[in-house]
Amino acid sequence: MRADLFDRYQARASLVHALDPRAKVVMAVLFILSNVLLPDGAWAAFLISWGAILGISLLARLGPGFVVNRSVVALPFVLAAVSAIFSVPGRPVAALELGAWRLLVTEAGLIRFASIVVRSWLSVQIAILLAATTHFPDLLHALRHLYVPKMVVAVVAFMYRYLFVLADESTRLLRARDARSPRPEGGGGLSAAWRARVAGNMVGQLFLRSFERSDRVYSAMLARGYTGQLLTLNPHAMQAKDWLALLLLALFSVSIQVFSRL
Amino acid sequence: MPVVHVSPAAAPPVLAPVPPPGMPVLSIDHLSFTYPDGHPALHGISLHVKRGEKIALVGPNGAGKSTLMLHLNGILRGQGSILVAGLPVNRANLPLIRAKVGLVFQNPDDQLFSPTVFEDVAFGPLHMGYPEADVRRRVEKALHQVGMQGYLERLSHHLSVGEKKRIAIATVLSMEPEILVLDEPTAGLDPRARRSLIALLRSLSLTMLVSTHDMRLVKDLFFRMVIFDEGRIVADGPTDMLLEDAALLEAHGLEQP
Repeated sequence: MRADLFDRYQARASLVHALDPRAKVVMAVLFILSNVLLPDGAWAAFLISWGAILGISLLARLGPGFVVNRSVVALPFVLAAVSAIFSVPGRPVAALELGAWRLLVTEAGLIRFASIVVRSWLSVQIAILLAATTHFPDLLHALRHLYVPKMVVAVVAFMYRYLFVLADESTRLLRARDARSPRPEGGGGLSAAWRARVAGNMVGQLFLRSFERSDRVYSAMLARGYTGQLLTLNPHAMQAKDWLALLLLALFSVSIQVFSRL
Repeated sequence: MPVVHVSPAAAPPVLAPVPPPGMPVLSIDHLSFTYPDGHPALHGISLHVKRGEKIALVGPNGAGKSTLMLHLNGILRGQGSILVAGLPVNRANLPLIRAKVGLVFQNPDDQLFSPTVFEDVAFGPLHMGYPEADVRRRVEKALHQVGMQGYLERLSHHLSVGEKKRIAIATVLSMEPEILVLDEPTAGLDPRARRSLIALLRSLSLTMLVSTHDMRLVKDLFFRMVIFDEGRIVADGPTDMLLEDAALLEAHGLEQP
C-alpha cells in the first residue's frame, strides 16, 4: 500500500522547516489557543489569523492552497457544533418544525456556530502546518523535551509505526473477504445483518493479530536489552532564531487578542 | 549540539569477560520446555556450538525451532542448562546475554519498531549503556556491514522487505554479538533479495544459528545441519551427509534441495 498515506511531512528547505521542533510545537499550541480564545464574530481577527497561516505556509514553501486543501478533511467534525444554532438565546430569525418540537434559530446562535466553524477550521490548518513542516520522529522528540510523559510519547510512537502495518493487515482482510463474496446474478445476496457480522469478526481478527504482534514486538525489544526505559539520541537544541520565532508568535497572539476586543 | 538522552538511572556499559578460545559459544544441555497452556515444545535438547560455526536448524513447522531460539537469550526459560560464551542464562546475566546473542525475528515489522532506521539500529547499544560516540560508531559499522549506509534517517515503514531484513540484521550487529540467531531469514524474499541476503550471511564471519525451510540455503551456506522434530533433535551432523539420506528427510517433512 502507499506508505505516504498517513505521512504528512513535506520535505522543503525553508526557514519554518529549520526551526527547532520544540519551538514549533509550542508555537502551534499557542496559536491554536489564541485562535480558540477569539470572541464570537471577531471576523477581522479571524481574517488576520488566516492571513498569518497563509504567510507561514508561503514561508514554508508549501504554496497557498496546500493547507486549505488538506483541512477539508476536518470539516465534517464541525457538525458537532450545529446545536449552537438553536441553543443560544437571542433574536429569533427562523423556526424549524420537527414533529412535536419547534427549534428556534437565533441570530446569536448563527454567529456562534459560524465562529466555531471558523475557529476549528483555522486550528486544523495550524496542526496541518506543523505536521507538514516537522518530521514525525522529531515531533516525538520535541514532545519528550516538553515533558510529555514517556509512556504517552511511546504510545504515540508505536501508533505511528504500526498504523501502516495495521492498515496493510486490514487491507488484506478486506481483500480476503471480497475474494470470497460473490454476488448472485441479478442482485440479492446475503442480508445486511450477515455482512455486519462478518465485519465484526474481521475487527476481532484484527484485534487478535495486533495483540499477538505486540507480543512479538515486545520480545524483539527484550532481545535488544529493553528494560522499561526508551532511550534516544537527539540532535536538537534551541537557537536564537527559535526563540525569536517563538517571541514573534507570542506577540502576534497577544496583539490579536487585544485587537479582537477593541 | 547533539544531546545524549541516556537516563541517569541507565546501567553502566555492559562489558562481558572475553571467553577463553576453544570454549563453545553456546552449550545447551537437556533443555525442556512446556508452554503455560500445557503444550510441550522441547524435550531434552542438547546442542553445542563452536566459535565460527554456521549451523542450520531445519524441521517442520511447530517442531520447536523458534521456541529454542527464544530460550537462547532468556525470553523463554525452561528446565535444563544453557551457557552462552560460558555464562549461564539466568536473571542476573540477562543484560550480558542479550548483548551476546543477536536474535533476528522472522518478520522484520516485529523487529523494526522505531520510527527511523537510526533509532532502531541504535536501540541495542543505547540500552547496553554506551556513550553517544560509541553508539554512533556502532550504528555506522552495522549499517556498513549489511550494505545499507545512507539509510540512517529513512523511515522503517518506507523500506522494501529485503531492505527491512538487512536493517533487522543490522539492529543486532550493532550490539556486536557472539552469535547471530536468525529465524527464517529468506522467507518472503524474491529471488534477487534472497541471493543478496545469502551473500550477506556468507560475508559475516560470526557464529550463526539459522532456522530455515530453505534447503538450498542450507546446502549453500551451512556445513553443519540439525534436524528438529516434535521438540527433539533427531539428527545432527555434516550437511552433505544428512542431505544424502532421503528417507530421513522424508520422515521429518523435509526434502532434498
